[in-house]
Amino acid sequence: MTMQIVHSGPVTSSDETVRAREALARDNLRTEPKAVRIAVIAIAIAFLSVFVVLPLVVVFAHAFAKGIAAYLAALAEPEALAAVRLTLLVAATSVGLNLVFGLVAAWAIAKFDFPGKTFLITLIDLPFSVSPVISGLVFVLLFGAQGYFGGWLRDHDIQILFAVPGIVLATTFVTFPFVARALIPLMQEQGTQEEEAAISLGASGLQTFFRVTLPNIKWGVLYGVLLCNARAMGEFGAVSVVSGHIRGETNTMPLLVEILYNEYQFVAAFAIASLLAVLALITLIAKTVLERHLDEGQGANDH
Amino acid sequence: MTIEVKNLVKTFGSFRALDGVDLKVESGELVALLGPSGSGKTTLLRIVAGLDWPDAGEVLINGEDALAQGARERHVGFVFQHYALFRHMTVFENIAFGLRVQPRAVRKDEAAIRARVKELLDLVQLDWLSDRYPSQLSGGQRQRIALARALAIEPRILLLDEPFGALDAKVRKELRKWLRSLHHEINVTSIFVTHDQEEALEVANRVVVMDKGRIEQIGSPDDVYERPASAFVHGFIGESIELPVQVEGGVVRLGDRPLALAADGLAPGASRLFVRRHDMLVGPPGSGAFEAAVQHVRNFGPVQRAEVVLSGGRTIEIDAPRDKELRVGDAIGLEPRRYRIFAG
Repeated sequence: MTMQIVHSGPVTSSDETVRAREALARDNLRTEPKAVRIAVIAIAIAFLSVFVVLPLVVVFAHAFAKGIAAYLAALAEPEALAAVRLTLLVAATSVGLNLVFGLVAAWAIAKFDFPGKTFLITLIDLPFSVSPVISGLVFVLLFGAQGYFGGWLRDHDIQILFAVPGIVLATTFVTFPFVARALIPLMQEQGTQEEEAAISLGASGLQTFFRVTLPNIKWGVLYGVLLCNARAMGEFGAVSVVSGHIRGETNTMPLLVEILYNEYQFVAAFAIASLLAVLALITLIAKTVLERHLDEGQGANDH
Repeated sequence: MTIEVKNLVKTFGSFRALDGVDLKVESGELVALLGPSGSGKTTLLRIVAGLDWPDAGEVLINGEDALAQGARERHVGFVFQHYALFRHMTVFENIAFGLRVQPRAVRKDEAAIRARVKELLDLVQLDWLSDRYPSQLSGGQRQRIALARALAIEPRILLLDEPFGALDAKVRKELRKWLRSLHHEINVTSIFVTHDQEEALEVANRVVVMDKGRIEQIGSPDDVYERPASAFVHGFIGESIELPVQVEGGVVRLGDRPLALAADGLAPGASRLFVRRHDMLVGPPGSGAFEAAVQHVRNFGPVQRAEVVLSGGRTIEIDAPRDKELRVGDAIGLEPRRYRIFAG
């Protein structure tokens, strides 16, 4: 957000001194003393360096502490590869599910009026306000051996907890709000007129969705998917509760990092952590690009 | 194609948007739905288009029950107030949309679609904008593209919601003339909604005046202006002087003063007297039904507008010919050349 000081004085005044005085007043309004400015900027930069840049550097420094060969060897471990595969699988599944759920929820909230709408909006934010550990425990209570569905699941020989389905469920729950949150304001702002126009021109519901609605929200969808994916790959708490930490089977990358670290395998731990760090950087860049597109979209909309 | 609605009722919560509306539009007509905001005119238009559904009543398009069909099947061209152009499509693709989404069996081939779009762009005289996006167009251009898009599907009827509402005054005047001549050219049965009386009177063959979900009057522009059917229509269309009067025993009274006005056939009780500003004729004191004193005179346009105080203290504005000499402080008599009195 940029703040502009609008010149509100008499613009046509030819009196130079008045103008000069106004300019001075403006500068005084806008500008803190130089020392304060420098101090504020320095504090911000120092804080960012210590809390953001330094950890990032440390991750890579430790990962490469014993050379590139050791780094690559750590990543080629079967356990590491299994964790990467599982993480990708879980992220892909939960992002896919949340893409569908998020679209449906945003569509319902933005385009229709129904009783309980406010409640639904609040509910969508629930995963953000609940500690991930609690989110994981909920699934233990539901699907664990002593849980509500535990007996039934055992009878039918279905494994949810301490297996991939449990991890997917927990991840999906924790990352649910991202897509919906990205889309609701966008769709609300766009309203339903274009859809109405499409239908009155003879388009079917599906044609309207794929030719009108989706193109209008595509940047928002990508934005939501991106954040959803980043969180899904990085989720630790909820997944830790439901995973069971079976080595080579139910360890995602964040879980494996912790295990390896606790076993003093620093190079291996940080090698995997570096992959997550790279993911974070890519997400950050993609996010910036998408935000630019979203802003442009907004600008173009204002008819 | 005729459009007929019978006893249409629509409520939003406790608000009655349409309260028993009957209307028949003949083939080839250009009808204006005129009324203040909240009078139900847009709701009526949306129900005819199939974008809203009534609580009760019938809609017939060309004699067929339209309520049995969705908006998609009705084949109605609808132009939205804010145009609702597809923002991610070029002008060309916007117009082609209705042709591209047709079922494969009846869809035109690409060459035919291109030819049709070209034809429509020529019709709205904007063929040079074909590759632009809606955000790059002016309001008037968007409006014409929205119209071309609606016409692309060769609609049975054309519905326009406040077609000029979002445009500035000059463009609006041009487009009005343009719409009228376009209608003359393509002659498709059309209804447009407006809150601007001038627009309705200038463009439409027939004007439907609505208020509070009901139709107050249906008639030619002349009819609704010259022979308003209700107090609301008289007050809403044209500039009127409105005075509260009492009708008692064949006499019309303003306050306790009897007026020399015919009261034949009027129901006794509180009533309202309506006179057009230019129908108040100025004469010497004692020459008319009212005595007044000139308080303020403004000279502009084809008439002079005077603020006068009637005996009894009420201030009204009248329009007098410019050659009539009016000075502040003059005592004058006023005689309504034409007037109407409505009960209530």
